[in-house]
Amino acid sequence: MYDVIVIGGGHAGCEAALASARMNHKTLLVTGNINNIADMPCNPSIGGSAKGIIVREIDALGGEMGRNADKSLFQMKMLNSSKGPAVRSLRAQADKITYPKEMLKTLKSTNNLEILEAMVKELIVENNKVKGVILEDGNKIKSKTVIMTTGTYLKSDILVGSTRIRKGPHGEQTSNYLSDNLKKLGFNIKRLKTGTPPRIDKSSIDFSKTRVETGDDTPYTFSFDNNIYYNVNNQVPCHLIYTTENTHKIIKDNLNKSSMYGGLDDIKGVGPRYCPSIEDKIVRFSDKERHQLFLEPESIYYDDIYLQGFSTSMPVDVQEKMVHSLPGLENAKILKYAYAIEYDAIDSRQLNLSLETKVIENLYTAGQINGTSGYEEAACQGLIAGINASLKLKGKDPLILKRSEAYIGVLIDDLITKGIMDPYRMLTSRAEYRLLLRNDNADMRLTEYGYQIGLISDLKYKKFVDKKESIDRLINELKIKKIIPNSLGNNFLREMNTTEIKDSITLYDLLKRPEIKIDYLKDLFGKYSKDVLEQVEISVKYEGYIKKALKDAEKFNELDSKKIPSDIDYSKIKNLASEARQKLENIRPTSIGQAMRISGVNPVDISLIMVYIKKEYFYDRK
Amino acid sequence: MNDTICAISTPLAPGAISIIRMSGSEAISIANKVFIGKNLEKVNDHTINYGHVYDGDELIDEVMVSVMREPNTYTREDIIEINAHGSVASAKRILTLLLKSGCRLANPGEFTERAFINGRIDLVEAESVMDIIDSKSEKSLSMAVNQLSGSTSNKIKDIRKKISDIESNIEVNIDFPEYDDITVLSNEIIKPKLVEISDELHTLLNNSKDSKIIKDGIDTVIIGKPNVGKSSILNKLLEEDKAIVTDIPGTTRDIVEGSVDINGIRLNLIDTAGIRYTDDVVESIGVKKSLDLIDKASLIIFVLNNNTEITKEELDILNKIKDKNYIIIVNKIDLEKKIDDSNLNNVVYMSTINNIGIDQLKDIITKMYELDKINIKDFNYLSSARSISLIEKAIISIDKSIKAIEEGMPIDIVEVEINEASEYLGDILGINYKEDLFDQLFSNFCLGK
Repeated sequence: MYDVIVIGGGHAGCEAALASARMNHKTLLVTGNINNIADMPCNPSIGGSAKGIIVREIDALGGEMGRNADKSLFQMKMLNSSKGPAVRSLRAQADKITYPKEMLKTLKSTNNLEILEAMVKELIVENNKVKGVILEDGNKIKSKTVIMTTGTYLKSDILVGSTRIRKGPHGEQTSNYLSDNLKKLGFNIKRLKTGTPPRIDKSSIDFSKTRVETGDDTPYTFSFDNNIYYNVNNQVPCHLIYTTENTHKIIKDNLNKSSMYGGLDDIKGVGPRYCPSIEDKIVRFSDKERHQLFLEPESIYYDDIYLQGFSTSMPVDVQEKMVHSLPGLENAKILKYAYAIEYDAIDSRQLNLSLETKVIENLYTAGQINGTSGYEEAACQGLIAGINASLKLKGKDPLILKRSEAYIGVLIDDLITKGIMDPYRMLTSRAEYRLLLRNDNADMRLTEYGYQIGLISDLKYKKFVDKKESIDRLINELKIKKIIPNSLGNNFLREMNTTEIKDSITLYDLLKRPEIKIDYLKDLFGKYSKDVLEQVEISVKYEGYIKKALKDAEKFNELDSKKIPSDIDYSKIKNLASEARQKLENIRPTSIGQAMRISGVNPVDISLIMVYIKKEYFYDRK
Repeated sequence: MNDTICAISTPLAPGAISIIRMSGSEAISIANKVFIGKNLEKVNDHTINYGHVYDGDELIDEVMVSVMREPNTYTREDIIEINAHGSVASAKRILTLLLKSGCRLANPGEFTERAFINGRIDLVEAESVMDIIDSKSEKSLSMAVNQLSGSTSNKIKDIRKKISDIESNIEVNIDFPEYDDITVLSNEIIKPKLVEISDELHTLLNNSKDSKIIKDGIDTVIIGKPNVGKSSILNKLLEEDKAIVTDIPGTTRDIVEGSVDINGIRLNLIDTAGIRYTDDVVESIGVKKSLDLIDKASLIIFVLNNNTEITKEELDILNKIKDKNYIIIVNKIDLEKKIDDSNLNNVVYMSTINNIGIDQLKDIITKMYELDKINIKDFNYLSSARSISLIEKAIISIDKSIKAIEEGMPIDIVEVEINEASEYLGDILGINYKEDLFDQLFSNFCLGK
């Protein structure tokens, strides 16, 4: 008897299994192919705008992705560094060999965690409670909870031109039974679609026709452990090229051969809006003369180059022509053809905010099965599902992060409250309070939770507490120390190209000036780490904006704290719009704040609900 | 929520037709109980039907009853309107009878609240309904009607769209930074756009402030020495005996108010105790009040006596009003001229007894406010204090974003303020949700509609 069975060994599955095992629960990870654990079937990168911050949050909560990415990256960039602190985010080129290898090593060395190579056929369910799984070979394995992280492996079809093959990524075996089982149990199954571009043999590319894209000179890490494994001075570059007129002509001439444009007539899957195929881009943005493509190395151990921006479901002969129309790729050798993949997912609105399903108790789902896209989005859900399954086993309340606390909170709330139409990718604009959800302060926001849960070691926690104290100390120093309006003081200011003073000014107020960087002042106060300096600089410079965001978030959270009784009968609320009534009945929001975020529920409906709760709910119950 | 409400929706003034309105699922059946004439439950939709209202055997009134079935009604519920031809008293009796027969008395603004809740009108429209009810002059009414057509909503939507265009471009820049072929919105690019938006909001706001004069009227104080004819002038304007007019100095100690519509401009007239320096304690309080009113009023009508010389008190007042909008009336021109009017401006010569000068006074007021120059049709304005303050807040946010640009703040910080402006505009349109918004809004409505 296991405490937790995790079905699937992708990014969500690894985090889920590690979290529950580390929280002292006997965990079994079931995967179709042990060699595919923590596989990166699409782009060879971790992070990106907003996604990089999610990785930091995973790390602060005690997840593995940040550390594992640090061990496997060969190029690192801070995105949006020219913009404000709120939108900075890390993006790494991660090695597709090293990343899974390191993750497998970690899994294997974790106590309470076993790995089994098998396919799950069905869930064992009694009285709407999950009790374990039945494997395709008929074996039954019992457990108290099950976490499904099946990725794209539910009835996946690989689509290339007019062919449809029932296979998972890399031609892996797909699960033919599990989604039917879920459907029978009461889940609404939807079909989603995503795609991946061709891989090109590095030696066949003429890089002289491309633009080199390098990493940043400053070393960065995802993890707050701050261990740098890569050589900052010897990062592997990417390369930038653009599509040509000829590329566009080839695509237009062959459009009807693409699976999505007539090659197949039974496409049901909805593809991601934010990651369109190259034929989509050319059809939808027909006035654009060219599109950007990145050549990204997949690994330092082999020669595949990932052609980012060129995902397609054209037949292979057209793909050959398309690739050869690109500058520098005239003689390119395609090692793997691009494909689209269709797969089953559940309706995420059938979940609670804890990621436990509303349909079957003790069953959790995370990752692409919930309709998201992306390694980071999957990993953070896996972590939360693992944490909450464990907390439930301990009889504790689930960890539910607020929208003002973490991108993870935004993501899960969006999934549960709004549901998804197309695969969900995190964007900074999905967060209301991104000035609070920064790359630099993920540890300040979440380490405490990670420590309370038991996923953050005492050592790491002590480091966090020290950092927090240093931040306070430095702020205090800045508030006390002043520059006097004498010739010495004003000379100093003149040197920094800032306005001279008539009255003395604290370093704190001086730092508020946009032209003053904290580095300019560092001889005037004690010694602090780079991280501390960064945090303090941001919190001083943007103090007004941060305070305002905090205030807004407080108001927002107040609405989230207005609870809707779980047994509320929406049919008793007169005048509710029927669309709103239906959605409220399906989603059953737990708070007024959550109800407000449901599309199709209008302010008037909210008024009616609140009036009903205030005036009539208690009466109706009597 | 679904019960049937009723109220007298016309002013409780004698002479006019009174309308008693009902809304709700039982409106027709309840009306049918008290109505003798055609069977209202069987008559065609949107018809008006002649008959009588009876309380038992007792005839209360001869009426016309409009039957309007949902959803094509103001509230999207069944609506009955009873046009009663008799006195206010009989309208009240009909109301009482309906309440007895199963209706509930409507709360202030409840008809409009239902219209809003049932999706018939948006917030901006709901507010302008309040204006129609409130509007006491013709000009103001036509402005309110214009707003119902949604031109103000459209203007705000238009500005909001401009803001969201900027926002979405910034978002794309942030979330897809690797794409160098998307225009990167720099502070330099967006600054002129923000200035333009700020200007448009200012125009909207100024129009709104002008419109307040039209809608709420101009506070006009009539001031002068005792017995100079203030109250007579007031009465001439009001054309009824509201103020106490006597020839004993000092009788108008209380301030008497009345409103008058002069060629579409509403004046809120404030009569004052006559101003003279006195030992009488009670009267001196009145005098002080009168002097204070000069500061508060938007228009001062200062009345002098043709038959006496200008006194010390009057010179003080002339001095006090010289920087304000004022009109001087030299009254009692039927008597011998003793006044030295050589230094007076904006003078109307008047004899209230002989009806001379009142028309000139009205002309001067009309010209002063030049309403003809304002094209009401193109006039986008926001009526309520709430909308005006939201526009003001939006302007502050936009101006802050411009300031943030000047301070060299990064674009995502600048965007925080831009987002906020967009939210304020959304609030006016009722697009964003604010908890107490509805309570606040609907309690402002007067009873009836």
